[in-house]
Amino acid sequence: MKFAPALFGLLALALWEAAVRFGGVPVYELPGPIAIVRAFLSDPAGLLEALGSTLFVTFAALAAAAVLSVAMAMGMSASKLAQAAIQPWAVALQVTPLPAIAPLIIIWVGDPFVALVVCATIVAFFPLFANTATGLASAPPELHDLFRLYGAGRWRTMALLRLPAALPYFLSGLRISGGLALVGAVVAELVAGSGGFASGLAYRILEASFRLQMPRMFAALVLLALAGIVLNFGLGAAGQAILRRRGLV
Amino acid sequence: MLTVSHAGRRFPSGVEALRDVSLRLVASDFVALLGPSGCGKSTLLRLIAGLDQPDQGSVTWDGGSPAPGDIGYVFQDATLLPWATVEDNVFLPLRLRGLQRNAAMPAVRAVLERVGLQGFEKARPRTLSGGMRMRVSIARALVTQPRILLMDEPFAALDEFTRHRLQADLLAVWRQAGCTVVFVTHSIYEAAFLARRIVLMTPRPGRIDREIGSALTAGPDTRLDPAYAALVAEVSFGMADAVR
Repeated sequence: MKFAPALFGLLALALWEAAVRFGGVPVYELPGPIAIVRAFLSDPAGLLEALGSTLFVTFAALAAAAVLSVAMAMGMSASKLAQAAIQPWAVALQVTPLPAIAPLIIIWVGDPFVALVVCATIVAFFPLFANTATGLASAPPELHDLFRLYGAGRWRTMALLRLPAALPYFLSGLRISGGLALVGAVVAELVAGSGGFASGLAYRILEASFRLQMPRMFAALVLLALAGIVLNFGLGAAGQAILRRRGLV
Repeated sequence: MLTVSHAGRRFPSGVEALRDVSLRLVASDFVALLGPSGCGKSTLLRLIAGLDQPDQGSVTWDGGSPAPGDIGYVFQDATLLPWATVEDNVFLPLRLRGLQRNAAMPAVRAVLERVGLQGFEKARPRTLSGGMRMRVSIARALVTQPRILLMDEPFAALDEFTRHRLQADLLAVWRQAGCTVVFVTHSIYEAAFLARRIVLMTPRPGRIDREIGSALTAGPDTRLDPAYAALVAEVSFGMADAVR
């Protein structure tokens, strides 16, 4: 039972390899798994370096989105006016497709690295923001009454009630936004093309497709998918560990 | 100690929660506010706490308005901070008054011992039973040595055995602390067991119908005492008469 997913995966890979090999599919249309692994092994340093560059953008964007979203959600929870002013813009940002605004951002922001981070931040921002805002308002009204009764001001209530109550919401937002930041970084790289940072995995994918190096393109894709999975599980596990230490799970 | 005088409260929704309610609380009182749902018991408690203001009439304290910590409040749910230990939950009111942890700990430990929670200082609320969580909530309300302890159906969600034990322990704590307790309940038995004064309230609009005094000194055998049975009967008849 435990090995079922692995066995199924191996079986699928074997079938794929067999179909490509005996079905006469040309390698520039669909390479087999062995060819893909070989493509990776022929230049592991180059691909891993590209992965590192994409991940760097991803984490920078995730950090920026975390700081921005917590600051804005706090502002919103502190004042009804701020909430009315911020909320529609946050939604507008959320529904605008990144590929549509990425070219503008790349033109406006001179530095290509910063431009990519800005793009990925826009994508990663919303789940973190929405979750944190929900979390800040999640403590029961009785606890707010209690804080009022003991004369706690806005900031003490924020520090001792709203923020701790928001932590689980923030952490689940972080997990969602982690994957989105990676997607955002890749999309921005694709849009930027050679005019961008020109060192990330998405750029390697573009480059390989121009040169019809399908196995290399697939190798980069697989790396990207693996990075996404590791990121998702890593953020999930880190979140669980924090909640466990806080006695919440 | 505190006088509620001709207080009325109508909510923006149009519901008249209280009409012309007058009540005087003296030191070391134990008052039960008894009545069916919607008779304004909780609203009256919130007015006394200053969490809500009356539209008509007034709530006045003898000797000026209360300081933070003069009022303890226990809700139907224990409403503890789930991320904080038992000790830190009880420390919270003192922390909000600006006390340092080390300075507050003797008081925290003492009040935890009084409600029978010694040994659970480091436990998280999640790991405690409903009855124990309610004990933490009571300890939190008592840690500031309040002049008045407001309790809003605190035992309504507990099983009967736990409820009986907590009622007896509450009386012991009250006798020792000497504060005034205002206890909202919809249980005639609970009101008769606990209170010195039982205030009967009727709904729509919420108002005080009458008050029944009790000379009972509750002990382990009170529930078998004919005087207790007589009091329960008197309150039951009074309640039936009031809602008619």
